[in-house]
Amino acid sequence: MRKISDLFKQELKVINIGLLSFKESLDDVGVKVIQVDWRPPAGGDQEVMDALKKLLGK
Amino acid sequence: MVVKGIIKKGEYYDSVTLMLVARDATALDGVKDAAVVMGTEQNKSILETSGLLLDMFKDASDSDLLIAVKAESEEAANKAFEKIEQLLKETRSKAKEAGEYMPKSLEGALEYMPDANMVIISVAGKYAGDEAMKALEHGLHVMLFSDNVPLNKEIELKKYARDNGLLVMGPDCGTAIINGAPLCFANVVERGNIGIVAASGTGLQEVSSVITNEGAGISQAIGTGGRDVKKDVGGIMFIEGMKALEEDPDTKYIVLVSKPPHPDVLKKVADLIKTQIKKPVVGIFLGGDPEVVKGAGAIPANTLEEAGLIAASLAKGKSLDEFKKLLEEREKEILAIADRESKNKKEGQKYVRGLYTGGTLCDEAMLLSRQIIGEVYGNAPLNPEYKLKDSWISQENTFVDLGEDEFTVGRPHPMIDFSLRNKKIIEEAKDPSVAVILLDVVLGYGSNMQPGDELAPAIKEAKELAAKDGRNITFVASITGTDKDPQDRSKVKKQLEDAGVIVMPSNAAAAKLSSYIVKNLGGAK
Repeated sequence: MRKISDLFKQELKVINIGLLSFKESLDDVGVKVIQVDWRPPAGGDQEVMDALKKLLGK
Repeated sequence: MVVKGIIKKGEYYDSVTLMLVARDATALDGVKDAAVVMGTEQNKSILETSGLLLDMFKDASDSDLLIAVKAESEEAANKAFEKIEQLLKETRSKAKEAGEYMPKSLEGALEYMPDANMVIISVAGKYAGDEAMKALEHGLHVMLFSDNVPLNKEIELKKYARDNGLLVMGPDCGTAIINGAPLCFANVVERGNIGIVAASGTGLQEVSSVITNEGAGISQAIGTGGRDVKKDVGGIMFIEGMKALEEDPDTKYIVLVSKPPHPDVLKKVADLIKTQIKKPVVGIFLGGDPEVVKGAGAIPANTLEEAGLIAASLAKGKSLDEFKKLLEEREKEILAIADRESKNKKEGQKYVRGLYTGGTLCDEAMLLSRQIIGEVYGNAPLNPEYKLKDSWISQENTFVDLGEDEFTVGRPHPMIDFSLRNKKIIEEAKDPSVAVILLDVVLGYGSNMQPGDELAPAIKEAKELAAKDGRNITFVASITGTDKDPQDRSKVKKQLEDAGVIVMPSNAAAAKLSSYIVKNLGGAK
């Protein structure tokens, strides 16, 4: 089974969803990081989002 | 006065970027106020209270960008719009610089980086939980910076993570250091053999910085978010974090940092230390009973500084007695400075005003000051009877946490944007009963990049203002950070000292010094 401490033996590779400055600071210290061009699902419309969740069975 | 607005459908920017753009626009000539926000319900209500909610904004959605400007003339407003558009364009082009690929989703990112192992999430709380669960389902560790994630979602995420050997740091986790990498608001520390589990962000920053400044280093620093150690979440990640550090061969000592955990959680922590943890554990549960820490099988520390010093002493092979000697010497120094600074005050100057940007640092300062000068007022005081009627107006000995909601709505956090605190510094200097102004300066990624340049002019102005009235105000500060931080602790320290500030080695030392001065001057309760 996977353990949290396994992470400490690996090279850290990060996906950043949100504030761009967090990606920039990781770039600065040489950590591999990719920024997701995130935007609110369903344009932030709660009703559409709930409907989507239902459709996806979540 | 004119109020003009623009709405840009489907243009999304993160909140920090937008607040910084709005700040620059507000500083323009002829501009009274400017707001650049996404069209969420919360933002719309903020616009309404500032009189900037135009009719055109009312039907906007979360993914629409709203720009509102209140200006002296049509011309000034148009200039502000131009400036805002230009700043937004710059952030976009900066992001796309060097043609970096920006996938639209987590799945897209994984195609590009299939061996990713950590996801940092800082989108609005109502979306963050779903993104975090998606990451966990892909077998990825999560750092959840966002706050306002529902409690039941946090429990669901953490149980899933525990059952699958994954970390969930947060929600509302501001800082962590994993494999030497500073995540979100973290300091650049030395690597070493001390591991930290913390349910307090600035607490973690202070302890890890003290350890580095003492010449020792950090293996891992795991943040859990403050709610983890409360009854409902039950310390799930605090416990898993401790276990992970016990298993980690590079960690030799473990430091626990938190406000007092719920008794059920504390019992779990104590049981774990007794049954599974073989490494020495140092514990600081701010405001808690040190005997309880001792009872749990850990070495108790009274302050964040002490926790860092004990761990660093152990790591350097020194005994606890040597550490105690060091502490006694520091205490003597503090008393000597306090005596010196008590002598140059005008009649009536006897109170301290603590202007804090770090919530945990403010708590720690109040806890220490209470022992020396009695209860202090604040916007989040230890004793609810001492809550300020108006957070903006200090009285007697007051410590305010400028990171609390009443100060941060619609503006960047005071660790990033110093303008609010600078204004408060000037205000406090006008009060003839003020003897000491106490400040925290938190360095590291995410924080203000030129703290010395931005603070020094306000301090100078405040000192001059007081001097005109024949008063001398003592400025005391602590700097949470290291020389490896992008701001460089030594450089900031020199800048502040040149501005006449007494810079202490820790928040605890700064709070104690301030309180002893007040005590000498008769300002204690």
